[in-house]
Amino acid sequence: MCPPDFYQIEYEINPWMNRRRPAETAAAMRQWQALYDLLTEKLGATVELLSPVRGLPDMVFTANAGLVAGDKFIRSNFRFPQRRRETPVFETWFRNRAYRIFPIPEDACFEGEGDALPLGKTLFAGYRMRSDIQSHRKIGEILGCEVLSLELVDPRFYHLDTCFCPLSDRAALYFPPAFDDYGRKVIAESVPEAVPVVQEDALRFACNAIVVGSDVVLHAGCESTNRELRRRGLKVHALDLSEFHRAGGSAKCLVLRLS
Amino acid sequence: MVSETVELEGHIIDSLTLPKVLDEVMNYGGTFEILEVAIGHRREDPSRARIQISAPSQEGLDTILSRIRQLGAVPMLEEEAVLVPADRDGAFPENFYCTTNLQTFVRSRGQWLEVARPEMDCGISVDPDRREAATIPMHRVKKGDRIVVGHPGIKVIPLERSADRNVFEFMASSVSSEKPKGVVIKEIAAQIRAAKKSGNKVMVVAGPAVVHTGAGMHLERLIENGWVDILFAGNALAVHDIEQALYGTSLGVYLEKGIPAKEGHEHHLRAINTIRRAGSIRAAVERGILKSGIMAASVRKRIEVVLAGSIRDDGPLPEVMTDMVAAQDALRKLLPGVSVCVMIATMLHSIAAGNLLPASVKLVCVDINPAVVTKLTDRGSFQALGLVTDVEPFLRELCRNLTE
Repeated sequence: MCPPDFYQIEYEINPWMNRRRPAETAAAMRQWQALYDLLTEKLGATVELLSPVRGLPDMVFTANAGLVAGDKFIRSNFRFPQRRRETPVFETWFRNRAYRIFPIPEDACFEGEGDALPLGKTLFAGYRMRSDIQSHRKIGEILGCEVLSLELVDPRFYHLDTCFCPLSDRAALYFPPAFDDYGRKVIAESVPEAVPVVQEDALRFACNAIVVGSDVVLHAGCESTNRELRRRGLKVHALDLSEFHRAGGSAKCLVLRLS
Repeated sequence: MVSETVELEGHIIDSLTLPKVLDEVMNYGGTFEILEVAIGHRREDPSRARIQISAPSQEGLDTILSRIRQLGAVPMLEEEAVLVPADRDGAFPENFYCTTNLQTFVRSRGQWLEVARPEMDCGISVDPDRREAATIPMHRVKKGDRIVVGHPGIKVIPLERSADRNVFEFMASSVSSEKPKGVVIKEIAAQIRAAKKSGNKVMVVAGPAVVHTGAGMHLERLIENGWVDILFAGNALAVHDIEQALYGTSLGVYLEKGIPAKEGHEHHLRAINTIRRAGSIRAAVERGILKSGIMAASVRKRIEVVLAGSIRDDGPLPEVMTDMVAAQDALRKLLPGVSVCVMIATMLHSIAAGNLLPASVKLVCVDINPAVVTKLTDRGSFQALGLVTDVEPFLRELCRNLTE
């Protein structure tokens, strides 16, 4: 995770961002700290921190740094120049910890875990809005796994992790209208228990949840999703992450899974 | 039709990316042909497909390509055509690429160049600096011309099958005398009208039987009414047409009475002599010696006429070309813009014209002998529509369709 010291809405690269509705830094700090505390103290996760950098407001969304698998770090190629400046910072961090760095060919965009989520032995990968499908083939080669490409069709759900969330090896939350017919069919055929999320919750980023074993952390107010998760025997932790919502992100965007 | 080959690789089967690409091609008005699919053996193995995408226009193709590029289908790195400079005049380098009569493209410096003047049994010369490629017959090769060798970097576009069933499609299946002629002739008339309306040229290739059967007046009328732009024939058609104009006989037989004239067998020689004495067919028409018939109409209407002779010709008439290579070149020069060619009762001249014409030209071959049509198609003019019938009723009906 990366503390939100320099987090702000400084540009607009998704439909959620609006520079006239800036984030309140103090509130953002409190919300981020609450998430950090929940993960480390209650859920027993070990969280490594990255030092924030002035002028890189979105670095707080570490999910987009790349994709980690064992000692491999597949580095992102950001779509927008505003975020490309984060890349060297992420790369240095992983290099210093002896990760093997795998770049993606420069002509193919890839925004890390934001668009690549493993479920069982398969990697589900989103494309078109931020990542290019050409990156998926390369990722499949690096990881030696099947990569199922899903086209994202609603700009509000511009990363796969805003509309698809693996809960276990068999189950995932997803928001069907964020995908086209082909994508919905792929999910229906490849996810044994695909759980649709209602629009109201999807717009609150219910799918941008962090799953730690049987605990699920997500933005407050996703009532119908909470009920469904509890019905499935999962423990739900609702947090107010409204300051990050302004930038088009929520719980999951604020963390990058290392193992 | 223009086309491009794309490659798609990855987990394209389970992701439904392959069907999605194919659906998108069709949604945007294109067509596809899957050239190769290699399916991964294990779940984690990627699959690969090579697909040829075609669209009616370059613009349409670009739209499709830009859309399916987002789905991961990228144009293949295409091979460049291999060019070898000709080492002598009048012959190709060894292993030259031998052309078809179909629309053809050559890859040069990363671009597809359309080959000008498609013609079968030629080579292709390319000028990479001027971005030009054209077919070139063997005898026209000059030392230093850059000639395509082998098959890399060559793309041949198959003839498009039109969506609506027209008579050309329906007839092209086989040659038979048992086809409804009226409807076919009506369709041919419509094609000729369409050609003229869109500013294209109509060519007629005719043999002497046109005159012998008494159909000369129909062809004359078609010419007079502006339906014919190019007439290609031999010495015989012109001789018998002129004999008929001067003596009323063809091969010495009165066309109106059907009986032989006294000393009639000499008529055609006397006709040739009259024209040779006048200097040319044109001069004979201009001086009022030759007043009627196909040739007179051709001169009056100033249509293009190529008369190519043969070894058994009497005379020949002054306009008849006896250098066959020169005759081929003379005809070649007239062919751009021809979109319909009607071949009537002549085998050699039909095959000669068929050899020179691109496959996009609609060919109608009319002969009493089915073997003529078969020969024409066997020699590569597979697009020919054959009509097995006596030529007189054919021309009479065509004339009626076009002039009434």
